[in-house]
Amino acid sequence: MDVLPTLWFVVIAVLWTGYLLLEGFDLGVGMHMLVSARGDKERRLMLNTIGPVWDGNEVWLLTAGGATFAAFPLWYASLFSGLYIPLVIVLVALIFRAVAIEYRGKHHSLRWGRAWDVALGLGSFVAAFGVGAMLAITTTGLPIDANGDRVGGAFTWLSWQAVVGGLAVVGFCLAHAAAFLGLKTEGEMSTRMRRFFRRATVPLLIPIVVWVVAVQLADGNPFSWGLVVVAAAGALVGVLGSRRGSDGIGFLGMAIFLVAGVAAIFTAVYPVVLPSSLDPADSLTVANASSGDYTLGVMTVVAAFGVPLVLASQGWTYWVFRRRLAVHHIPDAHPVVAAVRR
Amino acid sequence: MDPLDIARWQFGITTVYHFLMVPMTLGLGPVVAIMQTKWVRTGDVRWLRMTKFWGKIYLINFIMGVATGIVQEFQFGMAWSEYSRFVGDVFGAPLAMEALLAFFFESTFLGLWIFGWSRLPKRIHLATLWIAVAGSIVSAYFIIVANSWMQHPVGVELIDGRPVMTDVWAVLTNNTALAAYSHALCGAAGVAGGLLLGISWYHLWRRRQDGIDTVDARGRVVVGEARELPGRDHADHSVWIRSLRIGAAVAIIGFGGVAITGDIQGKLMFEQQPMKMAAAEAACENGTSFSVLTIGDLGAKDCDELTNLIEIPGLLSFLAHGDFDTQITGVNSLISEYQQKYGTHLPDKAIYGERAGEAIEYVPLMPVTYWGFRIMIGFGGLAAFAAVVALWLTRKGTVPRSKWIMRLAVLGILAPFGANAAGWVFTEMGRQPFVVAPNPDGVDGVFMFTAAAVSPGVSAGELLFSVITLTALYAVLLVVEVSILVRYIRGGVASAMPELAHAGGADDDGDGPDGPDDGAHPRTAKQDDGVLSFAY
Repeated sequence: MDVLPTLWFVVIAVLWTGYLLLEGFDLGVGMHMLVSARGDKERRLMLNTIGPVWDGNEVWLLTAGGATFAAFPLWYASLFSGLYIPLVIVLVALIFRAVAIEYRGKHHSLRWGRAWDVALGLGSFVAAFGVGAMLAITTTGLPIDANGDRVGGAFTWLSWQAVVGGLAVVGFCLAHAAAFLGLKTEGEMSTRMRRFFRRATVPLLIPIVVWVVAVQLADGNPFSWGLVVVAAAGALVGVLGSRRGSDGIGFLGMAIFLVAGVAAIFTAVYPVVLPSSLDPADSLTVANASSGDYTLGVMTVVAAFGVPLVLASQGWTYWVFRRRLAVHHIPDAHPVVAAVRR
Repeated sequence: MDPLDIARWQFGITTVYHFLMVPMTLGLGPVVAIMQTKWVRTGDVRWLRMTKFWGKIYLINFIMGVATGIVQEFQFGMAWSEYSRFVGDVFGAPLAMEALLAFFFESTFLGLWIFGWSRLPKRIHLATLWIAVAGSIVSAYFIIVANSWMQHPVGVELIDGRPVMTDVWAVLTNNTALAAYSHALCGAAGVAGGLLLGISWYHLWRRRQDGIDTVDARGRVVVGEARELPGRDHADHSVWIRSLRIGAAVAIIGFGGVAITGDIQGKLMFEQQPMKMAAAEAACENGTSFSVLTIGDLGAKDCDELTNLIEIPGLLSFLAHGDFDTQITGVNSLISEYQQKYGTHLPDKAIYGERAGEAIEYVPLMPVTYWGFRIMIGFGGLAAFAAVVALWLTRKGTVPRSKWIMRLAVLGILAPFGANAAGWVFTEMGRQPFVVAPNPDGVDGVFMFTAAAVSPGVSAGELLFSVITLTALYAVLLVVEVSILVRYIRGGVASAMPELAHAGGADDDGDGPDGPDDGAHPRTAKQDDGVLSFAY
């Protein structure tokens, strides 16, 4: 077994898990702002639950991308060029979302706010869908040739697996964000999101379960099947915990579901990182796509130093902003007027 | 259309655009952090106001840098997959380090700073800003390390036709990177300085225009107050005159640093990428003269139609070597040197696609290198000169009433941006036809022609789709960002401190309010226990 490449395979799995776990509720909150919020104050309330943390959460995506480039350049090159069009769309969605979060309150007008809400909600939806499709394709494969280049045109990635993967992450984000909002708000908003979580979680998780089980049926091993069981138990504990009145257990259950579910996928597909649907001999694996041991060793030292600091500082942020928010905490909008004598 | 050309346009457009936001973040961050430090140390409310106002400008711009930065990291793999495969072992590492060791802290602690105004103790809150600012500065370092490896590859061996990293320390301390990094930081200081100067000038002018401030017989400022305008009190005047002087000082120091680091960088580049420097000079023949003005067809291939109208003998040698008589090799001699070392035609390999076997054009686009180099220096020098003039004109405490000088000061904000963009265009286009330029003292074979770097599987149509989408989106967002910036700038300090706008006048309690929902806010419901000290 290649020790360092395997370690980095694990690191990248952890980075994607961290991204989905944290940005999962950011993206879900963005979507809920369109579907579950009533009125401007409620939308602002939702936005402010993720206000201090969303940017830090998004860095997990950049780190997953950068770490893939550093540790598995051939994986990075084939996956990103193969999924050119969907990634452009994801990038546009992420840009819209980031700018909308910062700019929606910068102009005192209802139309301005609504326009950015749509950008934020749709941006979150498209980004979640695109990331899900991309991850699903990473497990089910692309038509890549011996050089790792996609053949067959710009839309060969479009398959039922990609759609299921997209829906999987969208569904997860909506359920996860409902648990998060139930935990982070109080009053009517909290009650409503709690009810949403209890009722909608099971149907919303169907696509992600389909994806996980499909991967297991194709490549599963006893260990990965064990993780599937843990994931299912997590979701069950979450929904039951919420029904018994604990928002904390509701959120924790979703977290266990996600961590175990993603782990089940990665452990099942190992050591393949990007299957070729043309010829299994052209598939990219942990061994043939990785950087040299020296580079991986350097990166291991960097990660061993950086990751604990990242976890500590992000953990501290969540602690500082642990209080529940309610509509009455949201200040009135502040109109900006030119300081000019007329 | 040729996918390679589209991919290059896309990289150029997205990078230059991203680098409009980056120097502003890099330059303004430390300035705001120092302002807040002064406030925490002295309790002087004017420093708080400066922190809030410039902090707001900083944040409005910051988000655009974040949003456009993701595109940068992704497009190596998307549009330049062959490049990514070739360099991944060494080039990916600094990018991953940037995310892990810098960007995480920048984003996380900036969130703490924005929302932490009354949630965190003052000193800890200050520390969060310093950590975020340090994150952005470290982040720039890793990105420049990556870029400098393309300019001057070090720390690798060639194994199976690919560079494999053998010495990370050599990569991190690449002399090209250290020179370029200090150069970029100084350039960013220039941007921040110009911004402070121009905006402060506008507000001082506005105060005079509105009859708030007047001057006495000897031309010294008599500071006034306008109660009906949010924030236009006595303290407001000090906020702007201080900001203006800080801005001018930062710009002068920045551009001084730019000159020094640029000189170091130039001397390195004469050794490492002689063709780039010869093309920057349109120096066709060997010689010692620096061209002040060259006319003729800079784009002509044979380099013979150029006429040096004005040139300064010896100056080019001085720039390159520090003496006046060392012969500098010109473009024509360099072409044959390069042809000997790296071939006359692109190899007949699949990786070059339709370009396999084409003759290699070793001279970069001379109009771009020649004028890019001069625009960079020209705009930089102009901005530094303007900063000195500004200090002189405001020595008596305010600005002249002239609308035209005010407009020039505001327009002057653009000059450092122009210098930064021109510098990048020069150094990136000057590296052509290489994407990884060969290191004259490095390992043989560690270089890559740009023609080989593009993604073979991605069609021209896909690239066209992305370049049009991104360019259109970026254009719209630039309008949005600038319009928001203008709105907040015109609002003055009150736009970043609602309590000034609503509490009806000055806030001189010396302690300072902590956010839009502190107790002084008359229109909000009682903000119980400050759960939110800032809200989107």
